[in-house]
Parts: sequence; structure tokens; C-alpha cells
Amino acid sequence: MLFTSYEFFGFVVVLFLAYYLLPKQCQWPLLLAASYLFYAAAGPQFLPYLLATTAATYLAGRGVGRNLARQSAYLKEHKAELSKEEKKAYKDRQKRIRLRWVAFCLLVDLGILVVVKYTGFLLSNVSGALSLLGWTGELSFVSLALPLGISFYTFQAVGYLIDVYRGTVPAEENPFKLALFLSFFPQLIQGPISRFGDLSKTLYGPHPFDRHTLALGLQRVLWGYFKKMVLADRVIVAVTTLIGEPGTYAGAWVPVGMLLYTFQLYADFTGGIDITIGLAQALGIHVEENFNRPYFSKSLKEYWRRWHISMCSWFRDYLFYPLSVSKAMQRFTKFSRGRFGEHVGRRLPVYVSTFTVWLATGIWHGASWNFIVWGLLNWAIMMVSEELEPLYERFHSRFSWSNGRGWQAVQVLRTFGLVCVLNYFDCFSSLGTILGLFASLFTASNWSILWDGSLLELGLTGLDYGILAVGAAVLLGVSLVQRSGSVRAKVGALPYPARFVVWYGLFLVVLLMGAYGIGYDASQFIYNQF
Amino acid sequence: MEELLNILNELHPDVDFTTQENLIDDMILDSLDIVSLISEISEVFDVTITAKDIVPDNFNSAKALYELIQRLEDEG
Repeated sequence: MLFTSYEFFGFVVVLFLAYYLLPKQCQWPLLLAASYLFYAAAGPQFLPYLLATTAATYLAGRGVGRNLARQSAYLKEHKAELSKEEKKAYKDRQKRIRLRWVAFCLLVDLGILVVVKYTGFLLSNVSGALSLLGWTGELSFVSLALPLGISFYTFQAVGYLIDVYRGTVPAEENPFKLALFLSFFPQLIQGPISRFGDLSKTLYGPHPFDRHTLALGLQRVLWGYFKKMVLADRVIVAVTTLIGEPGTYAGAWVPVGMLLYTFQLYADFTGGIDITIGLAQALGIHVEENFNRPYFSKSLKEYWRRWHISMCSWFRDYLFYPLSVSKAMQRFTKFSRGRFGEHVGRRLPVYVSTFTVWLATGIWHGASWNFIVWGLLNWAIMMVSEELEPLYERFHSRFSWSNGRGWQAVQVLRTFGLVCVLNYFDCFSSLGTILGLFASLFTASNWSILWDGSLLELGLTGLDYGILAVGAAVLLGVSLVQRSGSVRAKVGALPYPARFVVWYGLFLVVLLMGAYGIGYDASQFIYNQF
Repeated sequence: MEELLNILNELHPDVDFTTQENLIDDMILDSLDIVSLISEISEVFDVTITAKDIVPDNFNSAKALYELIQRLEDEG
């Protein structure tokens, strides 16, 4: 059931009516039932995966939580009689028990993810490697359909368990409440990857009906549909054409493809998250923001603090920090300082950690080499930029104009261009194709396609391009206004006729210009596939 | 505290760490800085800072960070 389907519209209307008409204590169980119905509609065969992840995470969370409570009670009770060494030995023993629970949960949760998402990729690479040694057979594995949103709910489950292990959130005692946290339908298939400590504050209610909150939520939903249906699902026609025939659409078509795909990705993903956050808000539930005007970033490092924030902070908190401050890494730091000197020795461990994180980020996005290379390119660019930092600082202190708005605009455009190039790696699973397309830029002789009408061969009319251009201008304008606060709050402060024009106008735009109707095949959100 | 300020100043000579109280929230320290900082602190103070301790409340100011170090020293 896609967010853009008629079934989803009916599902939401019925859910909202029941949610606010039934007694308040029924709200979260109703959301759980609705979330599982929503997921089952995507394919009942996917339910066992979600249930197994939920069960393992619940059991491990309870195991860790009870152990922590037992440890705390024991230490309190025997505070006077235990020596410092005895306390430490006791804590170490209990920690080992908790680590066993964590290992069990990671084995189940990540095991499912690896089996369904990565086995085929791993086996094809092993086969390829063996064939180099003269082996002629082929390794194969039963082909499993990838459960929707598996990367999102698995990461959410792992994050919850680590938070319980660290003692930053209590273990959830009610398995059904934990099941709702992992399956909450607006965010189930494309995130954000919520933290239990954040989402649980409002997820379980009660939520009395509030017209203002409902209106704010639905306004955000409408804005999301505008991005998704009017912009992303319009430009996808051209993007599909460009990606489908890389042999034809080379040379000057490459920057066109990069720009259009980046536009599609932005409208699609941020639009989807607007719908998610808006629906949750209309239900009285707060979901954390996942974007902070990413295309205003002045560097790639800043971009990754502002784009897909929940994923980046997940990798930072649950992989980068634990790895960077681990005993093994501390030993490596000491070794590299002694071996390579103070400067290199200090930076090398950080680079190893960030390399691991970006390798994992690439693999998280998809089981193919283009995503891995994409992740490592991001890493390489940021590390080079980190090394050049002293040079940038000298440049900025020498040339005062480089601190002005003009230079900042150059930095923003440079970062946007870089992101466009990197994004194009998403589109082709063959690295050879991508490299061939980039190489074709240097020998291109077809720059006339930009003005001779060839752009109209991509399946979009002049009117479509006009709508996309106006849409891009609106997105830019809204982002600029957002710098000084919520756009919805600003619209809400306008006189009634002006508010009416804005929201009903947007509704009409979605209705009249949205890509749907007879013959329209609503396209999945790009991030659903992750 | 003096030793901690020396470490911080070496990392960002342009920042006045005696007055700053939003080092994380204002993005003065990023994740790479934090890892370098932890490595230095472990070396100088002989304490183990784990991932669990890396929260804004512990890194937002030199004072908060020093309190964390003292807490870890007490825990042994």
C-alpha cells in the first residue's frame, strides 16, 4: 500500500476516525493493528521477518534491562561489604551476561538483514573470485524478496537495544508497545530511523482530538504530496529514460541526468518524510526531523549533517563512536603514533573508523558495488577536505572576501554539484557504466541537446519542465523562508483568506498536477527499496 | 582542568573554552574532534571514556567534560 495509492487514502481516513472516536486507551493498540495491516498489505510474506526481529529485540531488551536492575539492586544492598575490586568483578560478570543478550539480538536482527539483502551479492562475488582461480561452478542461494523497510526497522531495533544496554532508555516491558515502536506505519518503510527515547514519549498517547494539531499535520502531509506527486513522480519519467539507455544518453546528457535525479531524490525522499512526520503529527505523535535544508550546505561534511539525519546519527552513535573509542582502536592509536609520528598517528585511527562507517553506509544503501564505491567516495572527499583544512583556513585569513556571502554561495553550489555527481552512482549497478558516462563528458560533442529541443524527447513536455522549474523555485523559496522559522506557522499567522488561498491552492495543485489517474502507475518511494 | 584546557586549545586554538557552553549544540566540536579529544584525554588522565559517555551534556563545555573525567577517575 503506497502512500500515494487510493487504498492508503481510505486506510488513513478510517484510521483517523477510529483513532479519535474510540476511547483513548485504544489508540496505541489501534495504531499497532493498523501498522501490521499496512505492512501485511505490502506482502504478508514479509511479516515473519518483522515479527522475528521484534521478538528477538524484545527478549534481549528484557534480558538486558532485568540484568541492569538486578545489578543495581545487588550493589545497593551490598554497598558496605564489597571492596572496590569485588564490585568491579561483579560488574564485569554482569556485563558479560548483558553482552550475550546483545550478541543474540544482533545475530538475529542483522542475520535476517544479511541473509535476505546481502547473500546473493556475497555469493556472486565469491563465485567471481573463485572463477579467477579457475573454478567453473556457480554458488547460488534461494532468492528471497527483500522485505520493505527492513534496513530501517532493523536499525531502529538495534539502536533500541544498544540504548537499553547503555542504560539510556529503560527496556520496554510490554511486547506490543515495542512492536508498535518498530512497526509504526508512517515511518516503517522509509524512516526516519527513530530513537526509542524520542518516539516513545508521544507514541503511546493518550492523544485527545486537537483541531490545530490535526490541521498542522495535514498541511505537512499535503506539502509532502506536492513534492512527491507533482515533482518527483513527474521528473521520474525523464530520469527513467536517461538511466534506461546509458549508451544513448551519454556526454552532455550526463549532467542533465545528474541534476534531474538529484531533484527527484530530494523531492521523493523529503516529500515522503514530510508525509511521515505530518501523519504522525496529525495523530499527536512527534517524529524527529530527518532533513535540515541539505542543499544549503557549504561542504560535504555539513551536507551529511543535514541530509538523512537519522541514518547519519545512527552510524555515528552506534558504529563510529564505539569503534573509535574501543580498546582495540586506542591500542592502534598508540601504535600508529609510535610508528608514524604524532600527526599521522593521531589521525590514522579516525580515518580507519570513518572508512568503516562509510563502507557500512554504502552497503546499507544497497547490495552492489556502486553503493560501496559511492560510500567510499564520500569518505575520500571528506578526508581530503579534512586534511586540506589548514590550507582553507590560511586562504580565508588571507583573502577577506572569502568570508563573504558571495564565496559562501560558491561553496553551496560546489557542494550541490558534488552531491549531484555522487548521487548518480545510485542509478547504475554497473561501475563500468558509471565510469563510462563520466568519461563521456570529456569527449562530449552533443552539448546542443541543451537547447535544440532534445530535452523534450525524454518523455516530458514543455509544460512539465515549466511545472518542475516553478516547483524547484517554490522549494528554494520555502527553504529560504524556513531559515527564520516554521513556514506553516508563518502561513498560520496570515489573514484567513490568504491562508485559504495557500492551502487550498496547494491542494488543487496536487489534485490537478499530481501524476496519477487512469494508466498512472504510482511509483514507489526511492528509499522504500533500502 | 589546566591540562584539559591545553588539550582543547590545541584542538581549536580559536575557541575560548573557558566561556563556551554549547560546544556540541553550536557544532564547534564535531565527531572527529570528539574522537581526537577522547584519545588525548585517555592518554593524559588514564581514564576510559566509552561510547555511552559521548552525549552532548558531557561535551558541551570544558567544565562538563572535566566533571566526566573526575567521575570516571572516581569509578576507577
